[in-house]
Amino acid sequence: MLPSGWELVVGLEVHVELGTRTKMWCGCSTDFGAEPNTSVCEVCTGQPGALPVPNERAIHDATLLGLALNGGIAPRCWFHRKNYFYPDLPKNYQISQYDVPLVSEGFLEVDVELDGAIVTRRVGIERLHMEEDTGKSLHVGGSGRLHGADRSLIDYNRAGIPLLEIVSHPDIRDPQTAQAYLRELQAIVQALGVSDARMEEGSIRCDANVSVRRFGEQLGTRCEIKNLNSVRSLGRAIDYEAERQVAALEDGTSIVMETRHWDESRGVTETLRRKESVTDYRYFPDPDLVTITRSEQQIEAIRTELPELPAQTRTRLGDSGIAAEQVATIVTGGYVALVDDAVAHGAAPAAAANWVTSDLVGLLAAADRSLTDSGVTGGHLAELLELIDDGTLSTKLAKQVLALLVERGGADGPAAIAEAEGLVQLSDRDALTAIVDQVVADNPDTVAAIRGGNAKAIGALVGQVMKATGGQADPRATNELLRQRIG
Amino acid sequence: MALSPDEVRHVARLARLAIDDAEADALAPMLSGILGDAARVAEVAADDVVPMTHPFDLADITRGDDPVPSLPRDAVLGCAPVVNGQRQVDQDRFMVPRIVAEEG
Amino acid sequence: MSHELCTATAADLAGRLTARDVSAREVVDAFLERIAEVDGVDVDGPVWQRGDDPDALHAFVAVTAAAAREHADDIDARRAAGRDLGPLAGVPLALKDVLAMRGAPTTCGSRMLADWMSPYDATVTRLVREADLVVLGKTNMDEFAMGSSTEHSAFGATRNPWNLDRVPGGSSGGSAAAVAGRLAPLAIGTDTGGSIRQPAALTGIVGAKPTYGTVSRHGLVAFASSLDQAGPFARTVEDAARLQAIIQQHDPRDATSVPQPVGDLFARLHDGVDGLRIGVIDELRGEGFDPAVAAVYDAALQRLEAMGAELVDVSLPHSRYGLSAYYLIAPSEASSNLARFDGVRYGLRVDAPTAEAMNAATRAAGFGPEVRRRIMIGTHALSSGYYDAYYLQASKVRTLIARDFAAAFADVDVLVSPTSPAVAFGLGEQADDPRTMYRNDIATVPASLAGIPGISVPIGLAAAADAQDPLPVGLQIMAPLLADDVMYRIAWAVEQDLAFDTTPVGARALEVA
Repeated sequence: MLPSGWELVVGLEVHVELGTRTKMWCGCSTDFGAEPNTSVCEVCTGQPGALPVPNERAIHDATLLGLALNGGIAPRCWFHRKNYFYPDLPKNYQISQYDVPLVSEGFLEVDVELDGAIVTRRVGIERLHMEEDTGKSLHVGGSGRLHGADRSLIDYNRAGIPLLEIVSHPDIRDPQTAQAYLRELQAIVQALGVSDARMEEGSIRCDANVSVRRFGEQLGTRCEIKNLNSVRSLGRAIDYEAERQVAALEDGTSIVMETRHWDESRGVTETLRRKESVTDYRYFPDPDLVTITRSEQQIEAIRTELPELPAQTRTRLGDSGIAAEQVATIVTGGYVALVDDAVAHGAAPAAAANWVTSDLVGLLAAADRSLTDSGVTGGHLAELLELIDDGTLSTKLAKQVLALLVERGGADGPAAIAEAEGLVQLSDRDALTAIVDQVVADNPDTVAAIRGGNAKAIGALVGQVMKATGGQADPRATNELLRQRIG
Repeated sequence: MALSPDEVRHVARLARLAIDDAEADALAPMLSGILGDAARVAEVAADDVVPMTHPFDLADITRGDDPVPSLPRDAVLGCAPVVNGQRQVDQDRFMVPRIVAEEG
Repeated sequence: MSHELCTATAADLAGRLTARDVSAREVVDAFLERIAEVDGVDVDGPVWQRGDDPDALHAFVAVTAAAAREHADDIDARRAAGRDLGPLAGVPLALKDVLAMRGAPTTCGSRMLADWMSPYDATVTRLVREADLVVLGKTNMDEFAMGSSTEHSAFGATRNPWNLDRVPGGSSGGSAAAVAGRLAPLAIGTDTGGSIRQPAALTGIVGAKPTYGTVSRHGLVAFASSLDQAGPFARTVEDAARLQAIIQQHDPRDATSVPQPVGDLFARLHDGVDGLRIGVIDELRGEGFDPAVAAVYDAALQRLEAMGAELVDVSLPHSRYGLSAYYLIAPSEASSNLARFDGVRYGLRVDAPTAEAMNAATRAAGFGPEVRRRIMIGTHALSSGYYDAYYLQASKVRTLIARDFAAAFADVDVLVSPTSPAVAFGLGEQADDPRTMYRNDIATVPASLAGIPGISVPIGLAAAADAQDPLPVGLQIMAPLLADDVMYRIAWAVEQDLAFDTTPVGARALEVA
């Protein structure tokens, strides 16, 4: 938290690597393993005379994401060259977009928990543009890091992979919103299927522009924070950087516009380079490429491909009676299809959500299995809930059945497991009556206490019945029978 | 229009061309002369004119997302420069000396 | 025998090859012998690079003799087996060294690429080989196609077959000299601001720049992407049209390749000029043009009128800014296109302790002075604070130049001008004076900027003030976008009427027969 009177201002630049089959400008496959320089050709290694030809699918996917982010799609846009020298950039210019991006002025709404309350924040998106990724450098010798390495080795497999840059407005005022925005963007990209958007693999990357100001004042000088490798480090880095800037300003030191590197292990940001020495990129329209147009009809056709977006899913699930925290777990954890499937098989949404969030998530984590690997289906979940409803399983038994279901990879359904394992609840009145009678007879003191007005003492007797039935007694029926007997 | 030797050095830095002071001094008047001739475009009233980047107003020339075979790795690495008889390749990667600047 | 084959046109050779009067191998051997004789090279030796002999033409930087013989033998075998072959199968061709050819050097006349062997074929290279034209070798050029004299080559200058002390024009001077000197019946050049038309004019042959986008640039090492276009050199209009027809194909590997087909170059090739309206460009005559050149040009105009064409005076008011716009746009694009030559992935590397210093040292050593100058001009023209006044303003002027042409073509079928303001100049005369050198392109850059097709056809000889013997003059014919067929039709009529003899003559001329 910043000292009172100070306000944090953050804008995010997010890069998303598209999951197309081929690169942006050539037919080299994007599906490559660890073998360096095996998915390269004259185009993506910038050989003399090679020319780029844009990947139609990449432009389509960018348009789809633009629509999902509520952005306007440019009817005509262009590719520009961003000129700078770096060994991982084969042509020493990056093909990007400049004055007219494919998408402009969108927004994203995110729910953030602030001071214990969930509030909705809207973050404006200035632009989304298409560009290309660079190769990967391996710094060897010396310390093995960039500084101190004595040489670098370059692999161009990644060079030319389609990349989208999504630039937010500086609308973010707290680290939680920044984190929620990044998570939401990740969820949308995944829901659209245009990228796997894994931060740890670099297929989604985030830089943060951070500044502070006294309330009511003009925007302060910003610093760009790089090397944010997780949603968590994004939050930590913003916190650190904001405090650093406030401390400096309160100390009378001005903030220098610069790029800073987040050091995850030490939890600090450090100067990477000063902005005044920034390269003059000499953007100009790429003469090797022609105009990209999107007609109204094309845009509307692409719009029809939009799946339900995470925000819509959250609203729908919330409206069906599922609690907000559970909705969040279901959406971010990838359980939407499971819950929908269970409901389609007759389960009550709230009950299905409850079982998923309070039991299934934990079981999967403990077993280190993905939902898909577990073989658990919506049909299984609905069946389990039905067995509880009709009294065949107690909650406790149902948990055991679910654990076995996960363990066995969904080969048998819940009913079959309960049957085979003898986990069926004892609700047969005659059998239960005999046990209840026995317990009443064996515990005259407790019975007397209950009759004397200590209603709570009945719990002890229920426990005795449970013990005698190995946990299979139906608690409701047991309670009922005990009351009848004790009167 | 005139470029000073300092500006020549700045442009050489942007263009990543090594240049010594004698060259910068010699190039300044020569480049200034060339730019002076070129700067005649300023005489044309063209404020509202759309700039031309292509003879044809082509649009949407793209390719399908279909993989084609890449070049054999040896063909690409085989192009790597040779210094003192050594091809500048290591661990199947292109090898360069220590990188000092940060990327763009 | 060998000389007799070398002086034949491509059409003649094709006829004799088809009739099996001569084998492809015999034709190739004749040309290899001729190259060995006049180009000062052992065609079977290692890649030949420097040319300093004042009596050698130095049209080629590399001769691909073994591959050429092998290809010729293969053609002969297929012909013997009765296979269908293309109409020019077995006719030799010289390829400008700016077009990538797998397994052969592609130097672009630069030290930077002296050792680069392309891992892939340019589309033009593929098309000419698929048509069974036999590539004899790679021809010399101004480094990265920047120049108008072929003196800016890291491998020494090419000389003009009409006078070995003079330049052949440029940047495709090696290709032009090869065809004019009978080292090849056909050659491919590239034209960015006049680099096919001007050397064709200066060496007395035919050279055409097709409509921009009709010949693929895939594998053409870029100088200025929005202007570069490959095209044919030949000694007859018909030969040039045949070669253009082979290379002019839509290419999905070039996003600027024009999808619509170009008109049939032969359908009306022999229809003459009677009734056609020919615009004579006011701005491209008079001041700045050598009076001797102007006289030959005026005589050609009179012949066109006599042949039934209607001459119309046409003004292209913005064409006077063509050179200025061109010398901003082309270097701007070049500064970016040539950034890839950094010593990392291919070509020259000058070692240094850091990657940045290595890049800078490599580029300073690998590029010659003219290339460095243009990279500097282009870098400056695109840089922050100068972009609007230079690159952007030049691109707007380009629009106005294209509009001038469009307006003119509403009234006339073609436009004409001298191709070059003067005949071939002496070696070394302009080499250190870029501003004078650039003015050689005054008549050719307007069509380049507009993207329209242009052809140079020889129309006579003019005596330069400083020369003993007269030298060739070219007529430039420019047609609307995609109307290359109309341009060829007029060029053919001029050729037939003037019957210009392309045989070099003069005291310092290369002996060709």
